[in-house]
Amino acid sequence: MSYLIGENMTGGYGGADILHDCTIAAEKGEIAVIVGPNGAGKSTAMKAVFGMLNIHTGRVMLDGEDITSLSPQDRVAKGMAFVPQTSNVFPSMSVEENLEMGAFLRRDDIFATMDQVFDLFPILKEKRRQNAGELSGGQRQQVAVGRALMTQPKLLMLDEPTAGVSPIVMDELFDRIIEVARTGISILMVEQNARQALNIADKGYVLVQGRNRFTDTGQALMNDPEVRKSFLGG
Amino acid sequence: MTDVLNALALFSNFVLVPAIAYGSQLALGALGVTLVFGILRFSNFAHGDTMAFGTMVTILVTWWFQSMGLNLGPLPTAILALPFGIAACAAFVLASDRAVYKFYRKKKAEPVIYLIASVGIMFVTNGVVRFIIGPDDQKFADGQRFIIKAREFKQMTGLSEGISIKVSQGLTVVTMIVVVAALFWFLNRTRTGKSMRAYSDNEDLALLSGINPDRVVMVTWILTAALATIAGTLYGLDKSYKPFTYFQLLLPIFASAIVGGLGNPLGAIAGAFVIAFSEITVTYAYKKFAGYILPEDWVSGGLLQLLSTDYKFAVSFIILLLVLLFRPTGIFKGTGV
Repeated sequence: MSYLIGENMTGGYGGADILHDCTIAAEKGEIAVIVGPNGAGKSTAMKAVFGMLNIHTGRVMLDGEDITSLSPQDRVAKGMAFVPQTSNVFPSMSVEENLEMGAFLRRDDIFATMDQVFDLFPILKEKRRQNAGELSGGQRQQVAVGRALMTQPKLLMLDEPTAGVSPIVMDELFDRIIEVARTGISILMVEQNARQALNIADKGYVLVQGRNRFTDTGQALMNDPEVRKSFLGG
Repeated sequence: MTDVLNALALFSNFVLVPAIAYGSQLALGALGVTLVFGILRFSNFAHGDTMAFGTMVTILVTWWFQSMGLNLGPLPTAILALPFGIAACAAFVLASDRAVYKFYRKKKAEPVIYLIASVGIMFVTNGVVRFIIGPDDQKFADGQRFIIKAREFKQMTGLSEGISIKVSQGLTVVTMIVVVAALFWFLNRTRTGKSMRAYSDNEDLALLSGINPDRVVMVTWILTAALATIAGTLYGLDKSYKPFTYFQLLLPIFASAIVGGLGNPLGAIAGAFVIAFSEITVTYAYKKFAGYILPEDWVSGGLLQLLSTDYKFAVSFIILLLVLLFRPTGIFKGTGV
């Protein structure tokens, strides 16, 4: 059984359902990527997994435990971390304070984790006294990912981490994400840049209108002529 | 040369010293307003009356201490009573939060709804204060009155103009510096303080980081109550205590917070001094001052007062309007109004 699985999720933000019988899973230390056209419910699926919207059918299991009824905060305590797409840092606080706030729930020594984050994103160490709001888009994404890592999560969820950053920074970010996955953290990621994302994905989910359309390994999806034709531009 | 020194002494005595003291009192008040605005995200119109409430309790306890013969020697007894005032005021604002604001927080109400609710709290607090202590002027200052008397200053320097500094004025400035330093230390260095800034910066992300919003709200109210009570007590010691005056203080306090940049603590302090100095320099009668520095036949027969002291609130209003028109985020970048 998968480390995290959102099974047969159906639900939405209150009005009409956005997700229909949608299943998303992530294995330990692997990267799962959700791709699909605009409005396919990619972010919604991720938010459903994190408990930010109500699903009336289906369930979410983490490490064999049913967490469907837990609030997002309780899920953080269970080892899930979420990096929202926008406003994902504390802009008027320094990089270091952003990381400290990420570890707010922890009572033990957080400096070892902070050093790990600085090793992963060396630029943050350089800018650790600077306010996060003054950083470039790519650096801010690094702060956001770093903040999430400070909780020492077992599962990291990223909502379009490369939105609005340059292609070079995007490659760099993907490299870092692979590094994170190698430390045993599962990654669930929503991405607009489907081709690059599937390249690094162990598992890919193609959603269309809130339903699973294709599910396979990243490589298989890349090679699937139908997926290529409809979602990857040939 | 002596004329210039005399003019300076005169100016210090009637403008500089009072403005610094008044500015410190406004700064403490504006910090409370800006804290509530930054963290709870609404303009708290009840702040003036919160000051009146905290000061009232301080005064009642002061009277009790005085009746027992307890005092601090040269310092006013009110300082001993201050912790009681702060505790009662904190209990009062926490109760009003429980009874009113909590409901709107749960409903995720618009800031303007909080604002109107705070007007309601303002009237209730106002009524409670007048019911308990009455609408009249109350005297509670005791201890030594002056640090330097005008006469002593004249003897010391040989000038014909003296500078007098009241104990209450010295106390105000020292307290303001201590309180502001403590507040900044708290907000920038402690875990709870940082979590309050985080909550103010990005509420959703603060929740995702496991910051407990109820605790942030509670600490904010306690700090606000402490600031309000300290500001109110210092103002009462320096001038006099009358509930209506505290209601009127709301305008210069809000002007200070907005001029400095709402939500920005440093701005609140800067704004407070801008307002205090403008209010006092504009309403001061410069006739005597001009007499020292201008040739005799240049001095006019009038008082050389730009605005009667009765209109001092107009000064805050005008500055407030100018800031809102030309720099709505305030001197320091705060949240736009």
